[in-house]
Formats: sequence, structure tokens, C-alpha cells
Amino acid sequence: MNTKKRLLALISLPSVWLLVFFIIPFSMMALFSFRDNSFGPLFPPTLKHYQAFFASKNYLRMLAESSWIAFLTALISILLAYPLAYFLIFRGGKHRLMLLSLLIIPAWTSYLLRILAWKVMLGSGGIINSILIQFGWISERIPLILYSRSAVIITLVYIWIPYAALPIFSSLERIEPHLFDASSDLGANPWRTFFNVTLPLSIPGIAAAFFFVFIPTLGEWVTPALVGGVDGIMYGNLIQNQFLRGLNWPLGIVMSLVLMVIVSIFTILLYRFISIRDMSSIA
Amino acid sequence: MKFSRLLGPLYYILLAVFLYLPIVFLIIFSFNDSILLALPLEGFTMKWYRAVFQTPELLTAVSNTIWVAFASSLISTVIGGMMAIVTVRYSFRGRKLFSSIATFPMVIPYLVLGIALLLFFNALGIPLNLWTVTIGHVVINLPYAMLIVGARLSDFPAHLEEASMDLGATYWMTLKNITIPIITPALLSAFLSSFTTSFDEFALTFFLTGTENTLPIYIYSQLRFPARLPLAITVASMVIVASSILILISEWLRTVGQVKRSIY
Repeated sequence: MNTKKRLLALISLPSVWLLVFFIIPFSMMALFSFRDNSFGPLFPPTLKHYQAFFASKNYLRMLAESSWIAFLTALISILLAYPLAYFLIFRGGKHRLMLLSLLIIPAWTSYLLRILAWKVMLGSGGIINSILIQFGWISERIPLILYSRSAVIITLVYIWIPYAALPIFSSLERIEPHLFDASSDLGANPWRTFFNVTLPLSIPGIAAAFFFVFIPTLGEWVTPALVGGVDGIMYGNLIQNQFLRGLNWPLGIVMSLVLMVIVSIFTILLYRFISIRDMSSIA
Repeated sequence: MKFSRLLGPLYYILLAVFLYLPIVFLIIFSFNDSILLALPLEGFTMKWYRAVFQTPELLTAVSNTIWVAFASSLISTVIGGMMAIVTVRYSFRGRKLFSSIATFPMVIPYLVLGIALLLFFNALGIPLNLWTVTIGHVVINLPYAMLIVGARLSDFPAHLEEASMDLGATYWMTLKNITIPIITPALLSAFLSSFTTSFDEFALTFFLTGTENTLPIYIYSQLRFPARLPLAITVASMVIVASSILILISEWLRTVGQVKRSIY
């Protein structure tokens, strides 16, 4: 009985918070997807925005393309971050945490300004061009990859590498060192040890890294808006437009709900590989 | 053999250059006497730094941002700490459901969170202001605060608290004298991590902000005007230094926690 009272005292504030600012807003959002237009009454409910969404090939195509961009971004980030985490864990010695923190510092600087920094680097008036001209390698400023899908991916990978490195680092850190000795005692060469011991045991970290890059990237709208140009826009920009310019809120909601369904599917698929400890390493 | 030993450090340095270069350029340009962000450099100046302190909108945006970051981190840390204690130390029906709901915001893109909260405030007729931004930031930071504190708490056996209560302390005394001191480094770490996230948040803030700007919103509004870019870059350089200091403190606090654990 006493325990129950204490539990109640501790859990009520968090529960009320989650109810008011998370569960209710999302339930309302789901309800509003059946509204006729942005500001009209809820009744009679209509399915027309769902029909409009699935009838239009554009939205689905953009969603597929954005998923592909998010997948590529996650894959490249992990491929670049894994060797880093590996090096730090197995060669970094006692300074490995400091060496990792050193690479994370840039990630804590203004997100918008890091995007801007890439704009400054990649633009035709930008730094890469200036350097090429200064050294006489090119005679005229050339349009680089700014305002394209590649610019979006480069910028996002730049933003996400440290976040991908953290969970991989923490999963590698947890592997018992004896396992490596055992593997080499049993005659495995370093490559074999890597593929049969290290890699499988770091899968929770890889899954967590994938998770943390893929989900925000799928809902990304700021980076494409700033460096993507017309060719680089993503699904998130279409949603944002419905709220900002198109003023078709119910359609924007339908698009958001579809995004959430996709994200939820991924979460369920990846959930069993991920440990909570790797997740908290991100924050 | 020798070459393969160099491969790791070389890769680390390459990645460090890749990660730092754009930032270093921003800092260099904040001292450059030109409106254009392009090479060659035009000469050293402090005028952008002086200009920062002569731009009232910018200073207001900075103080708004600090206010929001402080309020939202405080709320996130308190509620997140409660969530951590409840999920780590208690077993009750629906605990799994509770922690799934509590961590769910982590897997929702900020864009969608922002829209859901915007619709909610709009439907209730609540005007958008710094409080709505604060609420949004708490929603984002709560799961992380809970996980940071929870990870710390689960490192310590519950016997410590049980022993305290066996020796006659009430539960609230035990909470105050045992549990909270144990999780203090994690609480501080959660606070600082929430603070830095909130300080830089844009994608969600964009939907929840009213007429009062936070710094990222201000910077975004300036990006359209090339002439104002040097000012934005200068503020960013100052933020880089400030947030690096905060991060170093936060990381240090986590190590303090680990040292204590090994003594125990």
C-alpha cells in the first residue's frame, strides 16, 4: 500500500505531462486528418485527404526518394563512423573518450550554421572554388554540387557522423576483451575475428546508429530547404509547405501520419537489436 | 605493418579535419573585414563582434533562447528524473507501456512533433509564445533525460535505498539523502544535454514560435540577406565557444560519476 502511494506520487506528474503534451496532441492530429479543410468543423468527417494523398503519385514518389536519401545518409554515416569508433576503442588507449569528445564538439555548434558552413564551402562563390582558383587549377568559378541531392546528403552526413559514432563506440566498448584472445587462440586471423566476433557483437550499436540517423533524416526539411535547391527537396518540405504555403492542413496531417507509420515500422524492426544503453549514449 | 599502425590515427585526423574545417572557416570569417563569405580574406576586424552588441533584436533573441533553454531543461530534468526512478526502481502493471510512451517522442521526426503541438495549441486557442516553444523542447528532451538518469540509477543496486529504509529512514528521506545524491551527476548531465539541444533547436521551434524569436529562428530569418550573414556567423562563433565549454563540463560530470562507481 505504501509503495503504491509513493509510486503514485512520483508517476502522476510525468503521466499528466505525457497525456497533455504528447498523447492528446497526437490524437487530435489524427482526428483532424478527417477534417474537410484547415479550419472547418470536424463533422462530418471525410476521407478525401487520404484519397488525395494515395491518388497522387507525387507524394508517394517523394516519400520513396526521401527514404532512399535517408537510407544512404545513414549508411554512409555508419561506414565513416565505424572505423573511427573501432580505432578509438582498440587503439585509443585511455584517451579514447577524450578523443571522441573532441570530434563531437563541432556537432554541438549551431545546426543552421553548420548547414550554412557547407553552403559557404560548396557554393560557386565558395571556399572550394576560391582555393581552386587561387592555385590556378581552374580559371573560372564552377558551379559545384550546391543545390542538389548530393549537397543534401553531404551536409547531412557531416551532421550525423558524430551521432553515428557514439552508439557504435559504446557497443564496441562493452565487448569482453577475452573474446578476442579466445578467437585468436583458436587460430582466427584478425579479419576472421572481426567478422565473427567484433562485428556481430557491435550490431546493437550499428542498429542504434542507423535508427538515429535514418529517422530524423526522413523527416528532414531544414537542410534541403537551405542547400537542396529545387532538385534536393524532400518529403519533409512537402509537409512543411502544406502548413506554411498550401494551407491544406488536413493533407499535411495525412502526410505526417504516413511518415509516422513508416518510422514506426522501422522502429519495430530495429527495436530488438537496440540496447537502451546505446540510445542514452546519444544524448 | 608500420603503415597499418598509422592508418587509424590518419583516419582520425582526416575525419577531424572534415568535421572542424567548416567551423574553422566560419570563425575565420567572423574576423574578416568583408561582407562576402569568400576568399581571399580582406583583413582582420572586430567590427562584427561590436555589431553583435549593437543589434538589440539579436541580443533579445539570445536572452529568449537562454530563458527557453533554462526553463525547458529544468522541467525535463525534474520530470525525466521522476520517470527514471519510477521505471528503474518500481515494478508495476503497465510499466512497459509507460516507458514505451515516454521514449516514443525519440522516434518521431521533429517536424511531426512540431505540427502536432502546433495543432494542439491552435485548437485550444493558446497563442504561440516562448512557453509553447519551451513545452516543445521539453517533449523532445524528456526521453533523453529519462534515459541518462535511468542508466545511472540502474548502475547502483537498490540495496542502498533498502538499507537506508531498514535503518529507519522514511522513503522521502532516503530519496533525498541516498537516491538523489547518487543520480546528481546524471541529473546535471541531463540538464546540460537538454540545455544545448534546446539552445540550438530549430526544426520544431519554427512551428511553435510566436512573435518572439529564439536565436536559431533569428539566424534563419537572416540567412536570406547575404549582407547580414557575417553577423550571424559571428554570433555562431560565440555560441561555439560557449557550448564547447558546456559540453566539456557535461562530459566531465559523466566521468565524475564513473569514478564514483569504481570506488563503490
